Amino acid sequence: MQLPAHFEYQRARSVEHALALLSRHGPEARLIAGGHSLIPMMKLRLAQPELLIDINEVPELGGIEITEDEIRIGALVRHTQLLDCAEVGRSAPMLHDAERVIADPLVRNRGTVGGSVCQADPSEDLSGAFSALRAVADIAGPAGERTVPMRGFFHGPYQTAVGPDELLLRLRVPLPAPGLRTGSAYRKVSRRAGDWAVGAAGAAVTLAPDGTVAEVGIGLTALGAREFVATEAEDLLRGQRPTPEAIDAAGRAAAQHCEPVADQRGPVEYKRHLAGELTRRVLRDALARAGGR
Amino acid sequence: MTLVDPRRDPAAAAPVPNGFGPMLRKEDGRFVRGRGRFVDDIDLPGMLHGAVLRSPYAHARIVSIDTGGALAHPKVRAVITGADLERRGMAWLPTLSHDVAAVLATDKVRYQGQEIAFVVAEDRYSARDALALIDVEYEPLAPVVDARRALDPDAPLVRDEVPGRADNHVFDWEAGDAAATDAAFAAAEHVSTCDLLYPRVHPAPLETCGIVAALDPVTDRLVVHCTTQAPHAHRTLYATLTGIPEHRIRIVAPDIGGGFGNKVALYPGYLCAVYAATITGAPVKWTEDRSENLMSTSFARDYHMHGEIAATKDGRITGLRVRVLADHGAFNGTSQPSKFPAGFFHIFTGSYAIQAAHCRVTGVYTNKAPGGVAYACSFRITEASYLVERMVDVLAFDLGLDPAQVRRKNLLRPEQFPYRCATGWVYDSGDYPRALEQALEMAEYAELRAEQAQRRAEYERTGEGALLGIGLSTFTEAVGAGPKKQMDIGGLGMADAAELSVHPDGTAELRLSCMSQGQGHETTFAQIIAHELGISPYAVNVVQGDTDRTPFGLGTYGSRSTPVSGAAAATAARRVRERAKLVAAAMLEISPADLEWEAGRWQVRGDPAAGASLAEIARAAHGSLELPDDLEGQLSGRCVYNPPNLTFPFGAYVCVVEVDPGTGQVRVRRFVAVDDCGVRINPTVVEGQIHGGLADGIGMALMEVLAFDTDGNHLGASFMDYLLPTALECPSWELGQTVTPSPHHPLGAKGIGESATVGAPAAVVNAVLDAIGVRHADMPLTPAQVWSAMRGRPLRTDLAVR
Repeated sequence: MQLPAHFEYQRARSVEHALALLSRHGPEARLIAGGHSLIPMMKLRLAQPELLIDINEVPELGGIEITEDEIRIGALVRHTQLLDCAEVGRSAPMLHDAERVIADPLVRNRGTVGGSVCQADPSEDLSGAFSALRAVADIAGPAGERTVPMRGFFHGPYQTAVGPDELLLRLRVPLPAPGLRTGSAYRKVSRRAGDWAVGAAGAAVTLAPDGTVAEVGIGLTALGAREFVATEAEDLLRGQRPTPEAIDAAGRAAAQHCEPVADQRGPVEYKRHLAGELTRRVLRDALARAGGR
Repeated sequence: MTLVDPRRDPAAAAPVPNGFGPMLRKEDGRFVRGRGRFVDDIDLPGMLHGAVLRSPYAHARIVSIDTGGALAHPKVRAVITGADLERRGMAWLPTLSHDVAAVLATDKVRYQGQEIAFVVAEDRYSARDALALIDVEYEPLAPVVDARRALDPDAPLVRDEVPGRADNHVFDWEAGDAAATDAAFAAAEHVSTCDLLYPRVHPAPLETCGIVAALDPVTDRLVVHCTTQAPHAHRTLYATLTGIPEHRIRIVAPDIGGGFGNKVALYPGYLCAVYAATITGAPVKWTEDRSENLMSTSFARDYHMHGEIAATKDGRITGLRVRVLADHGAFNGTSQPSKFPAGFFHIFTGSYAIQAAHCRVTGVYTNKAPGGVAYACSFRITEASYLVERMVDVLAFDLGLDPAQVRRKNLLRPEQFPYRCATGWVYDSGDYPRALEQALEMAEYAELRAEQAQRRAEYERTGEGALLGIGLSTFTEAVGAGPKKQMDIGGLGMADAAELSVHPDGTAELRLSCMSQGQGHETTFAQIIAHELGISPYAVNVVQGDTDRTPFGLGTYGSRSTPVSGAAAATAARRVRERAKLVAAAMLEISPADLEWEAGRWQVRGDPAAGASLAEIARAAHGSLELPDDLEGQLSGRCVYNPPNLTFPFGAYVCVVEVDPGTGQVRVRRFVAVDDCGVRINPTVVEGQIHGGLADGIGMALMEVLAFDTDGNHLGASFMDYLLPTALECPSWELGQTVTPSPHHPLGAKGIGESATVGAPAAVVNAVLDAIGVRHADMPLTPAQVWSAMRGRPLRTDLAVR
């Protein structure tokens, strides 16, 4: 049995309380929500926080809310809740595609959306998905609330815009204007169900009335894409007709501009190939859902 | 009056055969309710907790160890180092393979994760905390990581503590007729060669290894609760290592959560716990964690094989030759019959009539954990079976023949049994063509080939769609080791015993030397007694795993429980039945010759109403009935069974996969498994064993591997990195059976525990390679490996991916 080192524990009652505890105890304090990244790291003694601040009962952090122009997902929303929300499946099917291949039901029952993105694991599926969807993050800190776009949220592996005395409140996913055809999709290659991605890609496409691509977001997970996105591929597609040739070109651009690293999941050459192959596939899926092909 | 609630009689819930047949496992009631009792559940008064400090380096000289910081921890009671053990002559322990292994490292560490110190503390958290307070100064050395470089003249020396040792060579061993095989190859119309790696994998039982060691101050006995598949063999080993005589040692194996060979060996942590119990006077528990289990305990395989197969142009095999480089890690610590350094690998001609065969195996030391014979391998038959099943497919590939046709042409015929193979094994019985034809029929082989061609054409036309692959494996196993004259472990002959006592009320207790780790012994062995005595399996209490309560024997591994202990139990029951006949004769005042056995009673021939049931006989045997002078009272029997030969189960498997050529992902669509293990005592238990082994086969073929980077870092030390298959990777198994009884086993039964693990990997690999049209690529066939193989550049899966 793996055993963590000694730590203290406090339960936060509110966002304000959590922030006060973070300020008081400094950087050796860690927030805990689902605990599916932090607790394994503590058991392996790779993380040895002095204090765990449990935010599981902070009411402001829960819930999914859908307005006319955005989906608001509380940081404490469990993977299962996101997966069970039919409205999310209709508005942003990519999130359901991704959630279906994240870990296993036990992890999804407990793990949170906020914890996933704040962990900033380079292999985190939701990081690629929310970046593709151009979500924004609302962050609370001692100086009040601020908003950071997902493209700008990830500062590097395991590093985010959320400071040591701050906490993530929610993610907001913008919805395209009504009447525009839109679709999104996510695909992942893994060695086994429940494994981290060897590589994964997500695409969100909005079509202009003339059939050209009004906006496109392409997210790449575990493939060494800067901030989890394939901006060069997006730039190639935007304003173009989504022909097979254009999709192939976007795939090539995604492959060319990512910088995957070799590990036991695969060599660089293979991962680069996956970036292109999966980008092409999710673009085709997203367009099919948008009714564009 | 009764204290028994009839509604809670499990036999009432489902029909139970008085003998062989499907029934729910008796032990599952407690397991599914979470009421199993495992080593880590044991909590003795005053118990202390141990933790092991392990090496972060694969190869480093130990300059100094400072335990002062740990000893100053308020809850630490002792810190043991190799120097402490050295003073008692216990720093090194003899292995079962004519070598020694370090208990706690004294001179240097030889693999990452090797044991250096053992902390004993009042709770398990403090023991873990104190590990960080031990200061070890290392002088890192270059490691031997790649087995293929281990014998290079400039390779670092792993075992430089042995005076005069100049290289990393462990042993050379060969089997078969080299000259005859060379002649067969010289005369061959066609020769195919192939290099294959069976990578290092791990048995990874759900329950890791652990021990609670206690010296009973009243009886002055050492009582060890331990996760051991071989309690009696362990008692002998502990006696040898500690000097405590065997009658003062009791080994108890409680419920065990999976073994697969991982729990045969005696590990350093066990000896440290025993030593710690001695010096502290308190019971000491040590339970390893998952990383420790994966990094330091018995791994499996690690065979680098160069295979050559000779054949006629139409695919009749005339010779098989293989050269093996075996990575044994830092110590030669394989647990296997001691005269067989490569286990039973020399059964590598498998199910085929091959006149000339020869293998040569060279063992080498590397800076990796010791072990090598584990994970349901039947003493390396997994490697042998993979070799021949892959070589047959390579031959078919090279000659452009259908692999089913090549197998048909070469399988042994039923009339050839008993069959002495080119390397000396005598196969007891089999009908291989029947099993193959049944498997092909169940799979609808011809239709699958047609679908494959159509999908291939579709892919070539559009670049889209999945490729279909069909893989065959027609394997032969050899299990039930073994005849004492040829087979021993650590000098102990591989016979096993059974003792059966019938109580006055006609219920019975069966005491066994083997030990279940999940195989269902409490059910299968009760059914054996039920079959022989005509009573309910629920009337038989099966006792195992406690050396104070069971007769001596070598334990459960190598699928030997049914072949050896099962034969002992059946023979003991038959002896009881014969004793019961004499008692019945005395009861009925009739000659024994006039009695006949009928479903649980002895009755008078020609007058079935006159007779006595087993319960009546048992009562009389314990009662005041006057018995003949030469007949003891009570009703019991025992048997020490020395098997005359191994049993040879076999099977034919068909695996069907779909491969996504764009990503390299594999989906196992179907798996047809026709097994023949002779007579099936409990078909449900047999099917469960097959299901587990098939899942293992998918795991090894597609995802499991212990790889090492150039520094010797272990790259599979957690279940995030060492992947076991889940239900989602497994299709709904399609099982078939043929029944060819073993002619020498009292029940006609053969071992089944490892058949599927032996047979399945080749079927899966053959299927994937068949789908992508590639001659060979090594396991595991991860998406990256499949994609790389399709580009003609398969990966070296034993090394870090670069």
